Amino acid sequence: MPGLEDLYREIILDHYRSPRNRGELPPPATTTEGTNPLCGDEIRIFLDASDGVVHRVGFTGHGCSISQASASMMTAAIKGKRVDEVRAIVRRFKSMMTIESDEGDADDGAGDGAAASGGAGSGGDASAAGGASLGDLEALQGVVRYPVRIKCAVLAWNTLLEGLHAGEPAQ
Amino acid sequence: MSLDLARIRADFPILAERPGGRPLVYLDSANTSQKPRAVIDAMADFMATGYAPINRSAYGLASRATDRYEAARAAVARFIGAPSVREIVFTKNATESLNLVARSWGATALRPGDAVVLTHMEHHANIVPWQMLAAERGLELRWVPLTADFQLDLRDLRETLRGARAFAFTATSNVLGTITPVAELCRAAHAAGAIAIVDACQSVPHAPTDVRAWDADFVTFSSHKMCGPSGLGVLWGRAELLDEMPPFLGGGNMISDVRLDGFTTAEVPAKFEAGTPAIAEVVGLGAAVEYLESVGMAEVRRHEMELTAYTLETLRGRFGDDITIHGPTNPEVRGATFSFAFRGVHPHDVSQVLDQSNVCVRAGHHCAKPLMRLIGAHATARASMYLYSGTDDVDALADALEHVSDIF
Repeated sequence: MPGLEDLYREIILDHYRSPRNRGELPPPATTTEGTNPLCGDEIRIFLDASDGVVHRVGFTGHGCSISQASASMMTAAIKGKRVDEVRAIVRRFKSMMTIESDEGDADDGAGDGAAASGGAGSGGDASAAGGASLGDLEALQGVVRYPVRIKCAVLAWNTLLEGLHAGEPAQ
Repeated sequence: MSLDLARIRADFPILAERPGGRPLVYLDSANTSQKPRAVIDAMADFMATGYAPINRSAYGLASRATDRYEAARAAVARFIGAPSVREIVFTKNATESLNLVARSWGATALRPGDAVVLTHMEHHANIVPWQMLAAERGLELRWVPLTADFQLDLRDLRETLRGARAFAFTATSNVLGTITPVAELCRAAHAAGAIAIVDACQSVPHAPTDVRAWDADFVTFSSHKMCGPSGLGVLWGRAELLDEMPPFLGGGNMISDVRLDGFTTAEVPAKFEAGTPAIAEVVGLGAAVEYLESVGMAEVRRHEMELTAYTLETLRGRFGDDITIHGPTNPEVRGATFSFAFRGVHPHDVSQVLDQSNVCVRAGHHCAKPLMRLIGAHATARASMYLYSGTDDVDALADALEHVSDIF
């Protein structure tokens, strides 16, 4: 069926069919639940981020191909990274998932830098980070053209953010 | 004799739209229905030539606007066989109608420990208001379960209703399409000393309605599912109950007098219509009722029953075990609403692929999460039909479903 290739990229379907890091982690890993009340998608993120490094991460739940693939790709992208690196990846990903930066993604499509610099609020850090590649995650870029599916793609990421926040010692 | 589909489709301008150069296959009518020209024109004409406030100004224009508003009320009363026009209350939507019953009737009639009976196939709108009230007042909620064929399991109904004060149930499930035996359920409620509250959102648009034959106490439905505009719901209630109930919302129009130390309420239905109502929408609903009457509700029901048989046959014939339709298999006891699972593909993805062929279906939990848990589905895709739907829509749905496996 022509027309959906930019949404259902092969790498997305691959993560959907063979999810990475699917499964629960026992304590001391933390558990954070996220739901999408509109469509009923549910996800649980298990995070072992002691001493500022994501040693292990897992997820369970149910949802459409986009939400499941995004969760799988997210875990693959953050595993082994320092928490501050993870936060930067989340920021870049969420900025890729915003619709506002129309001018940016006109012709050169990928719009990696453009989308990030469009988020004026994130300041210099984001534009510097904007140049960095999100790797496989950029396959999810096509989701932006299907605005109702954006919430599917960001569910795991918002849940991760909550998990990072909850896991942080009071500073 | 039978319904003239080509003529009916010509009445709905949106069905001539061809997004992306392809016909529109609108299969989301249980969600909201499309609008016939008669409704669009009635609202536009009213706003262009007759719009004014109702019930509060003496000039001719306002008086004529009030007449049109009240004529729509009379049309709705006639449409559902209400004994009296004053028993028709206009609300914001059917959800508000059910909240009104729970708050105004329930908050005065129910005491801690009283039981309200619901069913497992209710929409959230007929669950949450009762849960809210139950939490506040210490009510007991009881549930009528389902049979294996997605009907209400009435074997223990008498026991479940024993001592209950109210039985609130759907006339037709928005997920399963199941048509419940409303008159029988009302009889059982009354035999137990309970009142019967009927959520008729999926029933009034699709079949003849006679609230007297049902012998119900309250019936709620929405305008936008029956060819009328959104932003408008209806509550029908027995006059003697409505007369006894306290008002729901306070403000203009619902009072008889206001003094610094208190107020007295207006008579029904004004008592339950606080503030400026959806005037043009009510006029639009009046036109929708006249439109449906001109087609004939018995014809609508017969058409949808034929379409139901065709849909079940087509989907099962073409996809066999690859499709699971959650709902009764007998067209006599179900409407043309089909929730289904397809080849293990998530409903959002199914709906996304169908959209490529302009086939519009809903994917999700359909505001009935308890029921979804019972049938073991987190979400389903749902194709739902109306008087303007035809076998060609069913064929288009089946053709588009073939493409799902191109990707998944």
